[in-house]
Amino acid sequence: MQQTAALPTYHVNARDPQRGGRAMADLATGFASWRLAWALARLDLRNRYRGSVIGPFWVTLSTAVMVVGLGLLYSQLLRQDITLYLPHLAVSLIVWNTIAAMVPDATSCLTSAEGVIRQLPLPLTTHALRSVFRNGLSAAHSLPLILVVFAAMGHWPGLEALLALPGLVLLGINSLAASLFLGMVCARFRDIGQIVTNIMQLAFFMTPVIWKADLLSNPSVLLLNPFYPMLEVIRGPLVEGGVSLTVWGMALLYTAIHCGIAAAFFVRFRSRVAFWV
Amino acid sequence: MASIVAEGLSIEFPLYHLGARSLKKRLLSKAAIRVRTDESNRVVVSALRDLNFSIQRGERVALVGSNGAGKTTLLRTIAGIYEPVGGELTVQGEIGSLIDPGAGMDSDSTGRENIRLRGLYRGMDDASIAALEEDVAEFSGLGEFLDVPTRGYSAGMSVRLAFAMATAIAPQILLMDEWFLAGDADFMQKAENRLVSLVNNADILIIASHDFDIVRRWCTRAIRLNAGRIVADGPVDEVLAGMGVAPPQPQPAV
Repeated sequence: MQQTAALPTYHVNARDPQRGGRAMADLATGFASWRLAWALARLDLRNRYRGSVIGPFWVTLSTAVMVVGLGLLYSQLLRQDITLYLPHLAVSLIVWNTIAAMVPDATSCLTSAEGVIRQLPLPLTTHALRSVFRNGLSAAHSLPLILVVFAAMGHWPGLEALLALPGLVLLGINSLAASLFLGMVCARFRDIGQIVTNIMQLAFFMTPVIWKADLLSNPSVLLLNPFYPMLEVIRGPLVEGGVSLTVWGMALLYTAIHCGIAAAFFVRFRSRVAFWV
Repeated sequence: MASIVAEGLSIEFPLYHLGARSLKKRLLSKAAIRVRTDESNRVVVSALRDLNFSIQRGERVALVGSNGAGKTTLLRTIAGIYEPVGGELTVQGEIGSLIDPGAGMDSDSTGRENIRLRGLYRGMDDASIAALEEDVAEFSGLGEFLDVPTRGYSAGMSVRLAFAMATAIAPQILLMDEWFLAGDADFMQKAENRLVSLVNNADILIIASHDFDIVRRWCTRAIRLNAGRIVADGPVDEVLAGMGVAPPQPQPAV
């Protein structure tokens, strides 16, 4: 029998679970079958806005209304020049809305796939990627709004705007880590989802989304808020002409910690998820 | 060569969202056989306990036993969905499972979109997905309804689509749950022919069933599970006789 060696073999031994290797294999097959996650993400968006005329552009529209309304009010309250404040607010709100949509999605990305997890041996990475893609696609609908605001205010960033791209990559990495980590934690402990919602509400006010960091007498305390460097690495290049290395360093540090925790949890508890959901 | 070997295979389901402690106590005092607390004081149900078996190429195995004996759990464990908490499992060969036909179907998508989605779930490339679509379209006989969202299908149409998609495989190891034996009579003949060819082409068949006619017709070996343990393993007639099932009446010649 020549084909014997080519047979796919599935071997598990409870005394030697090889958790690390299996977690790596899960990630690898999950990324290799990204087309599935992409197709599911597009389906999710389509189904969410089924029958709606402008579909996901509702998010764009509501963000636009927020930007104009808050922009007029807060430029007065905070005594800011509106031509500088509005670009800041538009980018801040869009990035924040993306983060604020990703986090609750992350908490439910495994529990909502319960039917599939218990029936098909799919990598968990696929479900996490689905949530990342879905939010990425949804956020992409708001990009035209940034251009509109920049054009209306005559604010055009130079080539340094391209530095926002690595920031977006960092956001994607964090989103994947959050989906795996929060997805698993919330599958096991159903109360965490509620706690996360509360934390995100608080974080909105604690992070310079509406206000600007330089309004604080000591802006460096903001570096203790992990959302701030994450927001700033995308906003800085687009609005303020660049980001300090300290902010980049902190963003990388928080991402590394986040990924580390997520990876540890994923390696240890991946095989238990089918029993949790 | 396709084979399945289990040594001391055990699966335990943790019961997490039990709520009150009193409920936990009551559960433990009543069903002390399969429900117990493990070392970290969680309540667990032993779904499979210390299973040892070896299935070689060419064997057609029936899993029999009452509801809750662990038949479907064993199928899912072999399929790689549940990882064992004890023991060892080695499965050689490509696995095809007919456990839940509807898994991964999207009711807002048309039949055709669902076929494509199923292809992606199986990790197929575009050419294979096109072939799958053609095969399913022909077999299900849904015609123009393939371009209608499955939400609008009748129950019979959904079964046809699900069955056609699920059985468009050619695995070496075929895992089958008993839902396949239900369906409308008109479709059943066509379905059975397809199942029989699938079964004949697989190196190993494992089927969980209460239908002893099917078991006798298709299987060469039966494993009887009771409360998560193997209580009998051998030729079909022997195991069924042990369960008190009468041997089949000789069929009059047609």
